[in-house]
Amino acid sequence: MATRETLDQEVAGLDALEMPRAPRVSRAARLWAGAWPKILATLLALGLWQTAVWSGWRPTYVLPGPLTVFHELWDRLYDGTFVGAVGVTMRRAFLGFALALLVGVVLGSLVARIKVLRSGVGSMISGLQTMPSIAWFPLAILFFKRSEAAIMFVIVLGAAPAIANGLIAGTDHIPPLMLRAGRVLGAHGFSLFRRVIVPASLPSFVAGLKQGWAFAWRSLMAGELLVIIANRHSIGEQLQTARELADAEWLMATMLVILFIGIAVDALIFGNLDRAIRRRWGLLDPAG
Amino acid sequence: MTAPSPTRANGLSETTGAPVLQVDGVSKVFGHAAAAVQALDRISLEVRAGEFVCLVGASGCGKSTLLHLLAGLDSPTAGRIRVEGRTALMFQEAALFPWLTVGGNVSLALRLRDVPRAARRPLAASLLEMVHLEGLGARRPHELSGGMRQRVALARALAQDADVLLMDEPFGSLDAMTRDLLHAELERLWTDRRFTVLFVTHNVREAVRLADRVLVLTSRPGRVAASFDVRIPRPRRIETPAVSALAGEITDQLSMEVRRHGHT
Repeated sequence: MATRETLDQEVAGLDALEMPRAPRVSRAARLWAGAWPKILATLLALGLWQTAVWSGWRPTYVLPGPLTVFHELWDRLYDGTFVGAVGVTMRRAFLGFALALLVGVVLGSLVARIKVLRSGVGSMISGLQTMPSIAWFPLAILFFKRSEAAIMFVIVLGAAPAIANGLIAGTDHIPPLMLRAGRVLGAHGFSLFRRVIVPASLPSFVAGLKQGWAFAWRSLMAGELLVIIANRHSIGEQLQTARELADAEWLMATMLVILFIGIAVDALIFGNLDRAIRRRWGLLDPAG
Repeated sequence: MTAPSPTRANGLSETTGAPVLQVDGVSKVFGHAAAAVQALDRISLEVRAGEFVCLVGASGCGKSTLLHLLAGLDSPTAGRIRVEGRTALMFQEAALFPWLTVGGNVSLALRLRDVPRAARRPLAASLLEMVHLEGLGARRPHELSGGMRQRVALARALAQDADVLLMDEPFGSLDAMTRDLLHAELERLWTDRRFTVLFVTHNVREAVRLADRVLVLTSRPGRVAASFDVRIPRPRRIETPAVSALAGEITDQLSMEVRRHGHT
């Protein structure tokens, strides 16, 4: 008959055998594994661009090659105006996103919690998302003139529905077992919301933030093209000026900056947030 | 069918236990009118303090429904349920929260019954030690095996300090060896701490291995068809002839119940 000691040993032995062991991969190897496909894809894109230039489809003063554009970009980085313009745009982006976050979270929580709002406002939020943000600008300019407020208004309208939707979808897709487990543990009402519903909807909320950022960045660029405030340089304003001067090199260098910032924020902030959550939850394949 | 109350291996008489859980003519119907499904039909049973009762039955006998009613997750359509003290419910899946560590999952149960912050950490650690998971408090649930996760769930249920532990096929998805070990752990914890257990399973041997009393439920609608007292001394093993013999007897009863459905 099994004594307590042999039972203890057996439990310990079985646990040791059953503990999944993650393969140890060095940090450098992991970084390289993540980086090389991106490097390859970038090189491929640059190659296609260069091929298009070489094909002579458009004269080089309209379609400059990557090297020319990078050279232009390098020069611009030493130019105070351009760096200042990037600063203005980034400030608008983060301020706008922060406002959208606030509005989105409040709206999303209310709609997720209150049934009446749910049926009434829920579909409206999705509908709002299909509205191209540029279509809001004429109204925004009527309301706020050509001002920062007009730009903020459109960023919030663009990004807040995505953020709210992420939160609502998150609360919708909580496995019923999690809610039951929470209730069995004695969580009801607000404590169930705070301890179970909010953390359980986190992955979907982060997906909403990611999407919200994309909408915010797009709305901001549209806004900066339309709402140009005198003596205030911004990335969109630079793009517009470059077009007016028919300076293709400047134009494309500015576009590269827009692309780069959009991707960098998405990957560094939201991508990492998403990965951190998935790693904690065990939704990330350790080999991949 | 119910014989006089058995005596536990540790010499304590069962007759001293007052009923802590009473189900009196409880029915549960899901849906309405034509789509209505009767999950439970005037079911009555009683579990005494400190007793270990297993409910066995084929699928569709409303075993899980009954546990949900007892845990207060749902309310009966008719009849009365009386539970003295608090209940804890363990599911077939561990149902741990993936956003918390193993220790955090146990701590949450403590927090939700208002255990002060300073006491939570040592208490959670000692509960994990009780299920042989000492030192794994900082792990994430997904880092553990299925059997270990189910033991965390057991620690979490114990953290609720419930008087009645309801278990809904908690070992159903585990391999045989892990299950045997968990039976031994559960038996030991129950012997040491003397809580009341109502354990639902479709595995008759498991029921005989664990229970003081095995109740057989009929299917569609669920009712108690028979009750068997298990007077095999503890600690038990699932392989012993005594367990097999009684399990055979109960299985025959269960098969008869299932065959009844073939005719109608």
